[in-house]
Amino acid sequence: MNGLLASLQGAVAQGILWGIMVLGVYITFRLMDIADLTVDGSFALGACVCAVLVVNKQVNPVIALFAAMAAGLVAGAVTGLLHTIFEIPAILAGILTQISLWSINLRIMGGKSNLPLLKTETLISGLSDALGLTQAQASMIVGIIVAIIVIVFLYWFFGTEIGSAMRATGNNEDMVRALGVNTKMTKLLSLTLSNGLVGLSGALVCQSQKYGDVGSGTGAIVIGLAAIVIGEVLMGRLTPFYWKLTSVVAGSVIYFVIRALVLRMGMNANDMKLLSAIIVALALCIPVAVSKYRLKKEYSEGGEEEC
Amino acid sequence: MLTISNVKKTFNKGTVNEKKALNGINLHLDEGDFVTIIGGNGAGKSTMLNMIAGVYPIDSGKIVIDGINISREPEYKRAKYIGRVFQDPMRGTAANMEIQENLAMAFRRGRIRGLGWGIKSSEKDYYREALAQLGLGLQTRMTSKVGLLSGGQRQALTLLMATLQKPRLLLLDEHTAALDPKTAKKVLELTEKIVDEQNLTAMMVTHNMKDAIQIGNRLIMMHEGRIIYDVSGEEKKKLQVEDLLERFETASGEEFANDRMMLGQ
Repeated sequence: MNGLLASLQGAVAQGILWGIMVLGVYITFRLMDIADLTVDGSFALGACVCAVLVVNKQVNPVIALFAAMAAGLVAGAVTGLLHTIFEIPAILAGILTQISLWSINLRIMGGKSNLPLLKTETLISGLSDALGLTQAQASMIVGIIVAIIVIVFLYWFFGTEIGSAMRATGNNEDMVRALGVNTKMTKLLSLTLSNGLVGLSGALVCQSQKYGDVGSGTGAIVIGLAAIVIGEVLMGRLTPFYWKLTSVVAGSVIYFVIRALVLRMGMNANDMKLLSAIIVALALCIPVAVSKYRLKKEYSEGGEEEC
Repeated sequence: MLTISNVKKTFNKGTVNEKKALNGINLHLDEGDFVTIIGGNGAGKSTMLNMIAGVYPIDSGKIVIDGINISREPEYKRAKYIGRVFQDPMRGTAANMEIQENLAMAFRRGRIRGLGWGIKSSEKDYYREALAQLGLGLQTRMTSKVGLLSGGQRQALTLLMATLQKPRLLLLDEHTAALDPKTAKKVLELTEKIVDEQNLTAMMVTHNMKDAIQIGNRLIMMHEGRIIYDVSGEEKKKLQVEDLLERFETASGEEFANDRMMLGQ
């Protein structure tokens, strides 16, 4: 029982830290209606930048977080430029950046694919030492604080004139352009901001798990989409914006708890990505299937007879 | 006010689908002109409005508003001068955003957007009044999502949004064509009211010859990317639908004659 509790704590902590990444995915996927595949690369980028700075350069772990976020911002901006200035479809632009980040991440790590942070102090290990908490509890506290800051920031930002213009761009590009908004700018900004959060999340997870890995972002986009979907199912779709943002992080926590449970039940860890993909696929398929079924059911050959 | 000189546009240049959409357009609008535009399919009516709005770049020529050459400005920069209502009611508004949020977006047309609140509480009274002017009861539904409105309501809202910040030029691209006759009439009345009250300069594409004659002070007819008929003032008031049809047939007839001549050679 103790083992279960500990693994659940760990799962909740991971869920919150990954939740920052999911908030980034939420910006592009839900607000801007862009499927941005940069995420897998920029998550690992954040982790790698953080690991190298903390281990090799002895940089303060908090500053390393900001550096990782900045790296994510740049990665997002590259995708944004490819998509807006050179009009490459968003999915392809994201894939190009993601692929190139694989090589870049290896270069950042000096050719190694994994860099442990075991002996170095991180924000999270520092906190757990100072307060006598477990690694998971310290991760949870750091995660909750960062998540609250990010949610408050996003809530404010998407209420501003620029933020409103960004939301409207995801809604109806023709309209906002006709109302004098440079939609290339808003898209670029959203991709940049989104990947900045993803990079930050990668760095937090790196500090929490005590290693940076070039493969740590693989499948991040699917985890992000699954978490968004889980959050929406749980919290409904017609809630105020701050609830939507909160539900995104909650979705991420639930995703990691489910993962911990099924792994404990003996599922092969390698099958987890398949399960995530199935969750997302189902979430995207069900609304379509339901509406098709309704249409079919409502059809009657003789026309409407009753009513 | 608006001067268009020798504007040309060819789509898909150098391919089998090459289409000369605008064939040297020359047009001058005075302050307060309300021009209706008629013409057959593919005559270049919508293309002309799109060129003025900057949806696509023009191949050659010049578009000048208030002495400012906007020929090469991107669409979002021209929005400073131009208010637009599209044919499709879905295109003019953001469905997932509130009515007041849409208005707030429109209120900021032509202004630099910063990090101030996207909608200030002080603006809301103004929006409420403006919505009341439409006479559709929308002032009580300011926080409803626009997606819940009917096509006619959305089109009326778009019209309000296009004129919330007085535009130098209002472009109406068959903005009543997708509505049922009753709603179309209502939106058209609103259009006339708003244009009249604000003394706007406006261009309206329509397929309804009667509307084209009754509304505005000037009428132009387009054919194959050219303006072939331009009438204003008293002469326009006296026009009959038959006159326009005749004009139209003459124009296409000449084209027909030309074709025959070419074949004959």
